[in-house]
Amino acid sequence: MSKIFETPLYPYARSSDQDASVPVRHPVVVVGAGPIGLGAAIDLALHDIPVVVLDDNDKVSWGSRAVCYAKRPLEILDRLGCGEPMVNKGVEWKLGKVFFDERKVYDFNLLPEGGHRRPAFINLQQYHFEKAMVDRVRELQAQGKPIGLRGGNKAIAVEQRGDHVRIGVETPEGPYAIEADWLIACDGANSPIRAMLGLDFVGRVFEDNFLIADVVMEAKFPTERWFWFDPPFNRGQSALLHKQPDNVWRIDFQIGWDIDRQEELKPENIDRRLRAMLGQDIKYELEWRPIYTFQCRRMEKFHEGRVIFAGDAAHQVSPFGARGANSGLQDTDNLAWKLKLIIDGKAPAALLDSYDVERIHGADENILNSSRSTDFITPKSEASRLFRDAVLDLAEHFPATRPMVNSGRLSVPCTYDGSPLNGPDNAKMPKRTRAQASPMVDAPTANGFLLDRLPGRFHLLTINAEAPASLDVDGVTATRLALGPADDPDGFLKERYLGEAKSAVYLVRPDQHVAARWESHDDAAVRAALNTAVGRLA
Amino acid sequence: MSTLNTGANIAGPDDFYAELLAAHDGLSKAESDAFNARLILLLANHIGDRQVLAQALQAARRRK
Ligand SMILES: Cc1cc2nc3c(=O)[nH]c(=O)nc-3n(C[C@H](O)[C@H](O)[C@H](O)COP(=O)(O)OP(=O)(O)OC[C@H]3O[C@@H](n4cnc5c(N)ncnc54)[C@H](O)[C@@H]3O)c2cc1C
Repeated sequence: MSKIFETPLYPYARSSDQDASVPVRHPVVVVGAGPIGLGAAIDLALHDIPVVVLDDNDKVSWGSRAVCYAKRPLEILDRLGCGEPMVNKGVEWKLGKVFFDERKVYDFNLLPEGGHRRPAFINLQQYHFEKAMVDRVRELQAQGKPIGLRGGNKAIAVEQRGDHVRIGVETPEGPYAIEADWLIACDGANSPIRAMLGLDFVGRVFEDNFLIADVVMEAKFPTERWFWFDPPFNRGQSALLHKQPDNVWRIDFQIGWDIDRQEELKPENIDRRLRAMLGQDIKYELEWRPIYTFQCRRMEKFHEGRVIFAGDAAHQVSPFGARGANSGLQDTDNLAWKLKLIIDGKAPAALLDSYDVERIHGADENILNSSRSTDFITPKSEASRLFRDAVLDLAEHFPATRPMVNSGRLSVPCTYDGSPLNGPDNAKMPKRTRAQASPMVDAPTANGFLLDRLPGRFHLLTINAEAPASLDVDGVTATRLALGPADDPDGFLKERYLGEAKSAVYLVRPDQHVAARWESHDDAAVRAALNTAVGRLA
Repeated sequence: MSTLNTGANIAGPDDFYAELLAAHDGLSKAESDAFNARLILLLANHIGDRQVLAQALQAARRRK
């Protein structure tokens, strides 16, 4: 039986665009059908914006690649309509253990609080993840949503033409050209579109190699993330063990900078490593075994003219912290509603500048965190190894240094402090949901989880407060979601949204970040905040 | 704002100094270095205050 990642899912098929005498213009073309390109396309199609996705390939990701998906992206995927199959298929986990030498020194629980629909993390092979997204594309197509997916279509040229872009596409049947009002480049870390436009992608290269062995085996390890510093089976280096669905295990060995790749990749050498780690009598089958190095870098700007970058094309991080695909989905979550408003003429094109501000903030946070993890995992000097080992040694006995143990700071959504879209805040209310475009925190309500009740447009969330059922400012509407005491038997809304206040009115953005909040409804203030949140400057 | 106490603050300074050195007795250079690192981390955690710690880092950087 062939694996999912060996099966063509969207094989090349001729499109009528290839027979047109003049290049056909589309509102949006997405280049790249990885998780981020598919996410962008699904989001736009749900907003009824016609979108065409081009991919040079016709299959899902080769090998597992990304494995860990965090709560926030799962919530975004729920909104896109494909979270459920992923969570059902995925392996849920929240516990992690850290070992140093032969001892367990520390363990952690990523989500020690209740009241969330989604778990802190699931593990799922990237090919399953992308397959669920392709299935969702097919479902939307069946419903008549305007979304096209063209395999075997490689973007080979791009030209900025003022109010649109022309894209040269190569296919098995020869080249053609199409045009787009907006091009979203989701063509991965090596982004050919970025290169064609001559844009920089600079940052830091880490001088280290990691060998991944994804193996299929029956094993009794618990569903936890296990991380070893300097274990007997990989002296001076680190190792990671993680469970994926279908008895696939992710094993990741740090192997250092000066290595012989061919030698390391030999099955007998991988076998030796695996048996040293897991026991001599294990039975397994190797599914995927790449060696990777990594970099932390980002583009200086995330859009240029009519071309917008998202996902790995715009920023790249080390995998420790699972911040790649997780943050890429937050890019398109941030972008889609803004582009919708711009295309509909309801917001100025300058709203796109806030995409740069907010997602560069996100990228910098991710790069900072993943660089620090990398520095902890691979100490760069004698002093840094000394302190790293001291932190681990003490962690076994005292809580004091446990917060410094850094085997990856796992992806959490960011708060866009200082974003130009932010409105008034209220200091009586909790800091975690402050009106600095904090991500909304899920909570159970009488009629389901809160985030499910705030789908894809502006909402006015009222808790024990009055407000009109909806409010329109020049074509942008905020719809009220009214909650009261009956919605909060366990106090989650109080803890997450009210704080010291008795009542609250939250203006919630389509991407479920907090634009502004007050104790009671004030029509003029809400209207002003809505204008600010869509980039209409006073 | 809290400030780093750089005045003399330990009662029995000679005793403390002797204890500090005694703790290193018989340790190799590598073991001493590791000991010092653990000690710094424990003391830093006890202080906790980031401003004070920043001043201590600054003060320790000064030579002569
Ligand atoms: C070992 C490893 C482990 C990882 N673990 C995690 C993890 O646990 N969690 C996490 O969130 N992230 C993880 N990541 C990162 C994650 O895999 C990436 O962030 C994610 O794949 C980025 O998605 P993307 O859609 O931006 O790019 P890609 O997945 O790279 O997709 C780009 C797409 O563009 C297409 N393309 C390229 N050029 C062209 C062209 N000229 N024309 C048409 N199409 C083109 C490609 O065929 C491809 O389909 C990991 C990565 C690695 C390598």
